[in-house]
Amino acid sequence: MADLITYRDAVAEGLAREMRRDPAVVCLGEDIGAAGGVFKTTVGLLAEFGAERVRDTPISEQAIVGMAMGAAMTGMRPVAEIMFSDFLACCWDYLANEIPKMRYMTGGQVTIPLVVRTANGGGLGFGAQHSQAVENWALAVPGLKVVAPSTPADVIGLLAAAVRSDDPVVFFEHKGLYAVRGAAPPPDHVVPLGQAAIVRPGTDVTVAALAATVPLALAAAAELAGSGASVEVIDLRCLVPLDMATVLESVGRTSRLLIVEENPYQGGWGGTVASIVADEGFESLDAPIRRLAAECVPLPFADALEDEVIPTTAKVTAALQRLLAY
Amino acid sequence: MTVSMDADRSPAGMDAAELLQLYERMAVIRETEKAAHDLFLAGLVKGTTHLAAGHEAVAVGASAALRPDDYVFATYRGHHHAMARGASPTECLAELMSKATGVCKAKGGSMHLTKASAGMLGSYAIVGAHLPLAAGAAWSAQLRGSGQVAIAFFGDGATNIGAFHEALNLASVWSLPVLFICENNLYMEYTPISSVTAAEHPAADRAGSYRLPSEVIDGNDVVVVADAVSRAAAHARAGGGPTVLEALTYRHFGHSRTDPATYRPSDEVEQWLARDPLEVARGRLADLGVAAADVDAAAERAAAEVRAAVAAAKDADGADPAEAFTDVWADGGHQWRT
Repeated sequence: MADLITYRDAVAEGLAREMRRDPAVVCLGEDIGAAGGVFKTTVGLLAEFGAERVRDTPISEQAIVGMAMGAAMTGMRPVAEIMFSDFLACCWDYLANEIPKMRYMTGGQVTIPLVVRTANGGGLGFGAQHSQAVENWALAVPGLKVVAPSTPADVIGLLAAAVRSDDPVVFFEHKGLYAVRGAAPPPDHVVPLGQAAIVRPGTDVTVAALAATVPLALAAAAELAGSGASVEVIDLRCLVPLDMATVLESVGRTSRLLIVEENPYQGGWGGTVASIVADEGFESLDAPIRRLAAECVPLPFADALEDEVIPTTAKVTAALQRLLAY
Repeated sequence: MTVSMDADRSPAGMDAAELLQLYERMAVIRETEKAAHDLFLAGLVKGTTHLAAGHEAVAVGASAALRPDDYVFATYRGHHHAMARGASPTECLAELMSKATGVCKAKGGSMHLTKASAGMLGSYAIVGAHLPLAAGAAWSAQLRGSGQVAIAFFGDGATNIGAFHEALNLASVWSLPVLFICENNLYMEYTPISSVTAAEHPAADRAGSYRLPSEVIDGNDVVVVADAVSRAAAHARAGGGPTVLEALTYRHFGHSRTDPATYRPSDEVEQWLARDPLEVARGRLADLGVAAADVDAAAERAAAEVRAAVAAAKDADGADPAEAFTDVWADGGHQWRT
């Protein structure tokens, strides 16, 4: 049996692999050094690589991401941590106006190879300012690559691809997945950006999922298998590049599509996926495209309230049953 | 903080020949800004411009003190910094005129002139955003042990935005080789900076809070600027960390093309125009024994260079529409999905 690793430890392992490989890779963020990160995702990095390459910063999100950009433009490959993805709002200028636009505005004169890592999503009862799934914010900005792994192996493989990318990458780690264990990948494991994975093949309906909604979809698919339904689950892995070829090919076989996303329905990434399938896969469809997304309210604190708002296995199962019966 | 506005500083190590060259570079920038103004009125420059006429000594003086591989980050009022670092008037005017030969292939425009090959890493139009970038470039230089310094030029208006404070603090804590140079032209767009800022010197007065040395200097005297930047850069290269310089200067035009700047008192305007950086340099050249005819000849060379630049930019082909779809990603393309 393969060695197991948690999603949390996979972050530190993925960073360490890249830092060993390339001395230009440096990390900065709040509490990432001696404290090992508030989610313990950078444990061991300070000891192995030293304070020069693993830099604790003040609570200054603009300085963290802005300095990462300046360093990236001048020969380094910085990995900046923004502790909670909600805090991206504190430095959004850099992700909306500076990082994604500078190569384009200068006619290709500068290259900005950086990664902004951040803990995204709900399910842990942190309340509305520490629990949002905001991957759709980044999707709204041309010029950013957007990654959101669902397994420990993908954390390592996608982090390797993100760090090696000459384009800026926003890397959404789902905080609800940090404790999940999975097979540790072999050395030099790289998952190219923009390649979705069919994580459960099926013939009756396609589910497009991302990050924490992948295990929800897999659980629902397993449940429905007992009643004879064959559910195909696609882990998109990235929103940019978005692997629509895999989704369209799958829908061509199953003729039904459910999109499961944790960001709000209002402006969520599923709208983009649905519009492409409506445009380019309409003839394949035997049922309306359905989206199961978070409700359009701030994320509440209590478990009973939070479960009302974000996707759950029961909601995915119910949505699949309705779609299969259409 | 040191205030050296009135210091009767000797042209520290600067000889007449070098000063005449700096005069000519300033004259080229001035002529280019006047040309940009005229081309805008003629309908050949679209959008807006934020002209730097009056600010030339800050850019030219600083560049004279820098190494070719140092990094400069500027603002949307940045034509002078692009040209001081080596962008040609032709490629700058071509950019403003939406030509294929523009320094950014006409994809940036007036507010984003960039000449990365000359260490001029961009003009940024979100106020204050580039101060952390300069600190980051300085961090990179520190990590690589390259001996380079980075400079952020910014306006007085940037001193009240969070990024200014975040950058100064962290640059100080990490002792980064970065210079923060404020071009204080007394007005935050249309509003006197003094009426919205709880500090007399909006940049220099804040430096002490971050344990940084600072100096208020005459930003219209290219020799004073070159001297101050040279000292600050040497301090940074020696590991001494950042310096804040506040260069007092004045816009000869309004904030942007739509602003006639009628809110500025006429006696204030007169007083500052009398301290035009070109005239200040001319006075210094006279003190050094340079004949007025030689200065006039430099001015005429500058005017001729810019006349030729205007003609070349006008003659250039317009932007290639295909360029709208290049340079999003490092592979040169724009594909975001399969």
